[in-house]
Amino acid sequence: MAGTLNFSPDDRYNAFITTCGEAPFGDGALAGIAVAVKDNISTAGIQTTCASRILAGYIPPYDAHVVELLRGAGAAIVGKTNMDEFGMGSTTGTSAFGPTKNPVDLDRVPGGSSGGSAAAVAAGLVPMALGTDAGGAIRCPAAFCGIVGFKPTSGRVSRYGLIAHTSSLEEIGPMAQTVEDVSRLLSVIARYDPRDSMMTDRPYDHRPSAEIKGLRVGIPAEYFGEGVDERIGEQVRSAIGVLEDLGAELVPVSIPGMRYALPAYSIICMSEASSNLARYDGVRYGPAVDTKKSWHEAYQDLRGEYLGVEARRRVLLGTLTLSAGYAGRYHAKALAARQNITRDFERAFSDVDIIAGPTMPTVAFRPDEVTDPLTLYRLDALTVPASLAGIPAISVPCGRVENLPVGLQLMGRRFEDERVIDVAFAYEQEGRA
Amino acid sequence: MKTIIGLEIHVQLATATKLFCGCSTDYQDDEPNTHCCPVCLGLPGALPRLNRKAVEYGLRVAKALDMRVLEESTFARKNYFYPDLAKAYQVTQDDKPLAVEGIVEIEDDEGHEKIIRITRAHLEEDPGRLVHVAGGSKYSLVDYNRSGIPLLEIVTEPDMRSPQEARRFLNKLRTILEYLEVFDGDREGGLRVDANISIEGSARVEVKNISSYKGVEKALTFEVTRQRNMIRRGQTVARETRHFMEGRGITTSSRGKEEAHDYRYFPDPDLGPLHVADRVADIDLPELPTARKDRFMEQYGASANHARTLTGDPRLADFYEEVAHVDPALAATWVADTLLGELNYRDMNITAVPPGHIIELLELLKIGTITDRAGVQVLRTLLDACVEGRPCETPAAIVEREGLGKTAGDEFTPIVRAVVAANPQAVEDYRSGKEGALNFLVGQVMKETRGRADPRELRKIVSESIRVDGV
Repeated sequence: MAGTLNFSPDDRYNAFITTCGEAPFGDGALAGIAVAVKDNISTAGIQTTCASRILAGYIPPYDAHVVELLRGAGAAIVGKTNMDEFGMGSTTGTSAFGPTKNPVDLDRVPGGSSGGSAAAVAAGLVPMALGTDAGGAIRCPAAFCGIVGFKPTSGRVSRYGLIAHTSSLEEIGPMAQTVEDVSRLLSVIARYDPRDSMMTDRPYDHRPSAEIKGLRVGIPAEYFGEGVDERIGEQVRSAIGVLEDLGAELVPVSIPGMRYALPAYSIICMSEASSNLARYDGVRYGPAVDTKKSWHEAYQDLRGEYLGVEARRRVLLGTLTLSAGYAGRYHAKALAARQNITRDFERAFSDVDIIAGPTMPTVAFRPDEVTDPLTLYRLDALTVPASLAGIPAISVPCGRVENLPVGLQLMGRRFEDERVIDVAFAYEQEGRA
Repeated sequence: MKTIIGLEIHVQLATATKLFCGCSTDYQDDEPNTHCCPVCLGLPGALPRLNRKAVEYGLRVAKALDMRVLEESTFARKNYFYPDLAKAYQVTQDDKPLAVEGIVEIEDDEGHEKIIRITRAHLEEDPGRLVHVAGGSKYSLVDYNRSGIPLLEIVTEPDMRSPQEARRFLNKLRTILEYLEVFDGDREGGLRVDANISIEGSARVEVKNISSYKGVEKALTFEVTRQRNMIRRGQTVARETRHFMEGRGITTSSRGKEEAHDYRYFPDPDLGPLHVADRVADIDLPELPTARKDRFMEQYGASANHARTLTGDPRLADFYEEVAHVDPALAATWVADTLLGELNYRDMNITAVPPGHIIELLELLKIGTITDRAGVQVLRTLLDACVEGRPCETPAAIVEREGLGKTAGDEFTPIVRAVVAANPQAVEDYRSGKEGALNFLVGQVMKETRGRADPRELRKIVSESIRVDGV
């Protein structure tokens, strides 16, 4: 059964940074299936860049845990997908290898940072792909490109080999055309790995079921408020109506801590990034340091030159938010806000089984439409809360606005990934019928 | 002017594997970068996995120093750029260390019991090591074999009042660590010290990079003199970090390098909190140095000095207990004074000495087969063979081969006669009541017999011989 898959995609979307023309595969649950892997997941022998010039040419000597599992299940790893540099962005526009285009409309962004994986799946170049999600980076491009993307409960999929941008928030998750394929890919990658100390031994072995009668679905007002395109709100409400038709009960809920979600997320994310990215100093990765300079000066020049503008902005801000005299004002408060949001969700989930809302406040836009960092950060408003709380969340396509895809976001209790998958599956089946 | 000293001690814990990965810690004589993996190289994506043994070792130390183990302790990242630091941050513990508030008992400069308070103890990883290429090369090399070796950092309160006290504290701490079997005292760089020192009323100076515990007294003595001289001259001691130059025995200012550091500590998101306080009760501590010293005095009747010396190194104490049954007092003298001196002279370790041989030697001494002087000779022959790795002869065989056996008195009669005959003046002096003359005559006989004769017995023979001859 084992063999080699020839892979020569018509990648007019710039979805891939690296493609493997002849990808070996083996036996197993994913035998011979082409899987694309986001370029921040380590692949032994295959260049892994995080879409950054500072890592260009880096070939990891080891496989990430999820890649070991993919290979073990017989999948063919056909390429490494484009992304925002180190995952810092929501458009795949900060990549050092050029932006990825949205297959639905080539003039629009695919979302990010897992835009390459989303575009590869949406364009049919691969049936499934791995993305990573720290604040919406799987769900946002899934919504913008009209596919399914799932962020598992934190601790359910090993992060070993995921090149860290924001360690406490980022998760690896599956992306595919259907909920069923997402579930299939998840059952391969959600396996216990003792090398990730933050992991819980809760393997995912589940086949989606469309039975949701009696389920209580919470609708948080915050997800339909200011900044959310009203047409998207309507579209999503009618999708939630489908769930009601299937026997679910709709219940209003509230996540008051959400107003602090974005600042908390930004501070945690940037603080961790400033630490995680510090090792890229030109000594072991990227272009060589000019040996005529003192090492401090050489680091400074190299990092200034080879990190992109968004990466530099976040490293600098993150350095500030951890600095003496500022850490208490920023980082410590962000951690407290995170706790509050986590508790808000826990409280809501004591009453409901699922929380539903839009994935993104807008549809995919043109690259020049939104450029200032703050407006870009605000696009994550509806995806960031689930990341802070560490709960499972999925984006499943629910129609179109202006002929562009809209995503329905479903969130569940920690380690109830199965239930989230089931509700998404139920909606998908009904929508298709 | 009171001298105030506090220490920060970095102890390499003697675990088999590193703090956050499975790489072996036994790299001492190996090629650079051969004990490495993605984790300790800090490769992108690798994650730390805590070594439980290192935690257990830390808890053992905490219990031995009577510390309070925190209900929850956490790991933090200490961020700074240095080429030997693989991740550009060190995983350490900041505001929630493993344990706090302990004590170590030492003797102060007057010989009185004194308590040195321990502030805290926390786990952290050792960085790699820079290797500077000789001959003014434009580059340095990095060796990551040391990267990730578990360290326990022990911080004291500023309770020491002299460099000698600091040395005694370190000796005591080191002995405790060796008793706990968490530390390999023979390992180069296994114990590294930063010292804070000030003269009361003046600024505090931190001396870094003291890599041997013997260097601590040297560095501190230099600093005390330097700071006192400055104060005497009316100068102000600057609050600064200084570097100890081991070779020259001096400290130099490293201003600018360390001062401006903001390490931006934050909880390491890759490691969860530790809840290990409840494990302390289950730890069985071995008998610690102070208790063992007291027992040696009680059980073997050893003097305080002998007991302290013998228990100063657990292997020496074990050795003593193996040989003591022959005769505790005789064994104490021979092990603590003679053997230890001969070992130091040869830079030898007690572990290189077969206890069976010493038991035999002690037996020969006890039943009077050989004299003390011959015993020393046997010991030297024995150790010389051991140190060169030659097979060690047994003491009995050495006595036999070298003819060192103490002989019966009458065997010496001809020699005694000859000495008495050759020294009429001394004989005369003795007869006229000068005791010292007898010592001279005995000494002459000892020389002729190469120390095989028991001096006390010989005295009797010589004096009798003079009396007999005189009659």
